[in-house]
Amino acid sequence: MTNSEVSTKASDPLLDSHAPSGPIEQRWSEHRFKSKLVNPSNRRKYKVIVVGSGLAGGAAAATFGELGYNVSCFCYQDSPRRAHSIAAQGGINAAKNYQNDGDSVYRLFYDTVKGGDFRARESNVYRLAELSVNIIDQCVAQGVPFAREYSGLLGNRSFGGAQVARTFYARGQTGQQLLLGAYQSLAKQIEAKTVKMHPRTEMLDLIVIDGVARGIVTRDLVTGKVAAHTADVVVLCSGGYGNVFYLSTNAKGCNTTATWRSHRKGALFANPCFTQIHPTCIPQSGDYQSKLTLMSESLRNDGRVWVPKNAADCTKDPKSIPEADRDYYLERLYPSFGNLVPRDIASRRAKDMCDEGRGVGPEVAGVRRGVYLDFSEAVKRLGRDAVAERYDNLFQMYERITGENPYEVPMRMYPAIHYTMGGLWVDYNLQSTITGLFVGGEANFSDHGANRLGASALMQGLADGYFVLPVTVANYLAGVKAGGVDESHPEVKRTVEEVEARIAKLLAIKGKRTPDSFHRELGALMWDYCGMSRTADGLRHALTKIPELREEFYKDLSIVGTGEELNQMLEKAGRVADFFELAELMCRDALEREESAGGHFREEHQTEDGEAKRNDDAFSYVAAWEFSGQPGSPKLHKEPLDFEYVHPSQRSYK
Amino acid sequence: MARLMNLVLNVWRQKSPRDPGQFVRYEAKSINDHMSFLEMLDVVNEELAHKGEAPIAFDHDCREGICGACGMMINGVAHGPSAGTTACQLHMRTFKDGDEITIEPWRAAAFPVVRDLMVDRSAFDRSVQAGGYVSVRAGAAHEANSLPVRKSDSDEAFDAATCIGCGACVAACPNASAALFTAAKVSHLALLPQGAPERADRVRKMVAQMDAEGFGHCSSHKECEAVCPKGISISFIAKLNRELVSAMASAPNEIKSRQKS
Repeated sequence: MTNSEVSTKASDPLLDSHAPSGPIEQRWSEHRFKSKLVNPSNRRKYKVIVVGSGLAGGAAAATFGELGYNVSCFCYQDSPRRAHSIAAQGGINAAKNYQNDGDSVYRLFYDTVKGGDFRARESNVYRLAELSVNIIDQCVAQGVPFAREYSGLLGNRSFGGAQVARTFYARGQTGQQLLLGAYQSLAKQIEAKTVKMHPRTEMLDLIVIDGVARGIVTRDLVTGKVAAHTADVVVLCSGGYGNVFYLSTNAKGCNTTATWRSHRKGALFANPCFTQIHPTCIPQSGDYQSKLTLMSESLRNDGRVWVPKNAADCTKDPKSIPEADRDYYLERLYPSFGNLVPRDIASRRAKDMCDEGRGVGPEVAGVRRGVYLDFSEAVKRLGRDAVAERYDNLFQMYERITGENPYEVPMRMYPAIHYTMGGLWVDYNLQSTITGLFVGGEANFSDHGANRLGASALMQGLADGYFVLPVTVANYLAGVKAGGVDESHPEVKRTVEEVEARIAKLLAIKGKRTPDSFHRELGALMWDYCGMSRTADGLRHALTKIPELREEFYKDLSIVGTGEELNQMLEKAGRVADFFELAELMCRDALEREESAGGHFREEHQTEDGEAKRNDDAFSYVAAWEFSGQPGSPKLHKEPLDFEYVHPSQRSYK
Repeated sequence: MARLMNLVLNVWRQKSPRDPGQFVRYEAKSINDHMSFLEMLDVVNEELAHKGEAPIAFDHDCREGICGACGMMINGVAHGPSAGTTACQLHMRTFKDGDEITIEPWRAAAFPVVRDLMVDRSAFDRSVQAGGYVSVRAGAAHEANSLPVRKSDSDEAFDAATCIGCGACVAACPNASAALFTAAKVSHLALLPQGAPERADRVRKMVAQMDAEGFGHCSSHKECEAVCPKGISISFIAKLNRELVSAMASAPNEIKSRQKS
């Protein structure tokens, strides 16, 4: 690496994970016991800011409110109920072992460490598995209508290739029901006046005084007013950064501004190149496409994936292509797992087929990006009714979007960015490298390593929000004096002025291109060079292109209207500006990590069979990047990972 | 193959809550029939921006029909012509070349216009704050399977709980009633044993808040059910009324009037 310094110390003083030692089963309970407490009568004196109202933020804000702290919660949506956690379909894992099929906390821990390709911290993952059972109890008590059996007891299914049925679900709307549970608890605390909710308010910067997080600067999205909010602790639960790719399954508003601005103020950003691709999404239909829609991967249980053997057949009616001319490539390459290979393998193979020119569906930017997912054999084998019982809601959703009926015509699928495992670095307490700044949910990097298992995102968000942050934030607050800073502090004013200057700068460019046009171009670059598979050359190319495009952005951006009104173009422009800087860091991280692990596939590092090849000797660490003052020259710190319980092994799906 | 069409849009433009607002006519050219309705608006907005005109403001987020952010009257129908479909999931193949489409915000006194097609739906949040929850503290829950719930009750509770809070029911109702929204939350929790301890109190408070917000009364027009993107049945409104009557019978003087905020 030319312009990034590497911190060579074996254990970096900045990156003390504060992970407890001792038997893994006792670490969290001992840590909890040793954590300091805040006297109930003092809690209302402490002001807690929570940014984001999804599963992590909504749960944390509600719980801090219940405990009696003085909470302010912020979200950019018009209501906290709309945070993007709501769109999660599949389910939530918990080691309840209700099915008596051999599940346990230890097995969920083991599966998660292994599934994350040995790039997560064991102590954190064990705690997550341990808390999973409390989450289900909590949600059921809130009235979350999980699927039940005729006995009246909770139902489970096996999900994402797990060998035990540990996934709790609420039809295909699990995220929605869990989020409404958290939202209702939050509503209760708003009514009790322990939480003040600030909807349609976006965090644009973090206030740091003498190295300690002391509040945030926000913009009221309706009036445009920029304001400071001081607090004794700041908790970010602002979600992931998948929208750096422009097209993803994220909601349109999802962005990195809260995490990126905190990074610029001193919070290290960990493993930014670990992004997850979901193999079964509805393909792009044209250049106007604004987002991609995920279809549950349960479809691969009965659907057969294929492309034509001959590129000349790609534009033909699929039904007219005889069996002999179809390439069921997953069944061919992976005879024992077939269509059920893990997400990353299914995704990469689909890309390979399309890159070879055998993709199907509409041509977008010169390539047909789609493979068939065919249910005709399933309909023949099981009958249309049985297929309908399993998949009808998904088929209807597909037909609504594409206008094609999957009972008659094979579905078309293509991978899309779905989740980001990377995020702000946090220790075992979920505290970032800035004292007093805590990070929960998808915004942190902590529990999923290089790859997240299905039905584990909801689990992590709620574990952080209901159970971890209330303990660790209290421990922090117990050591600080309440109300330590007020809004007249010069640093508070300076941060407000910085934000106002940034907004003014964007508005003053008065060029010709819209924020969306830059965002699309950045997204295409990232997808091509830092997407499903990456090469050193490609990443170097992206690292020259991104700064060029960013420069053009600051020369040719056009925003209609002013900053003193509701202005959705201005909102987008600010988010795109931060995506530019993050994109560069992602490429740098991907270039630095000379191995393949989980969602990070480097073409130079694969086995003879084309599978991901880790390099545990050189890369068994968390890459945590420090902002050095200018985008493009970050400093790398490493947190070495030790595996005392689950020993690294190579996976095989042949 | 994609079909292209030219459309005429009559869009409600209103700069701020106090601005009187007006319809403005736009031409939407070469619209691909595979676009979603909101993608069509994106295309129109990009063109407006290129001309230096303010884009049409509208709420949207997940674009998968689940977050409830989007919503607009399309040719007088909340979320447009496709049943069980939010505006973001409505696709342009529903329209044909030469169509003229009128697009307006939700119209209800309790949902003041913020700008263009965006309205303020915080009245819904306040209705939930009034009692639309179970008061269980994090960590206080008992073992999830210690309280079985009859599957039919759980399924029916789920049918009510699918509400996305978009506000189409209010926009479609000639009285701008929020009865379906309120009924969905009251029913969801009343059907489950977890909601039982606060059942009577909840319905009283939520109905009082609904009235305080300025929503009208239900007079069984059924427009709400017809436009609900999640197909929530008005039989839940009957359940709401029954819940309210029984709560009042058990403690007649317990309804306290509530403030708007």
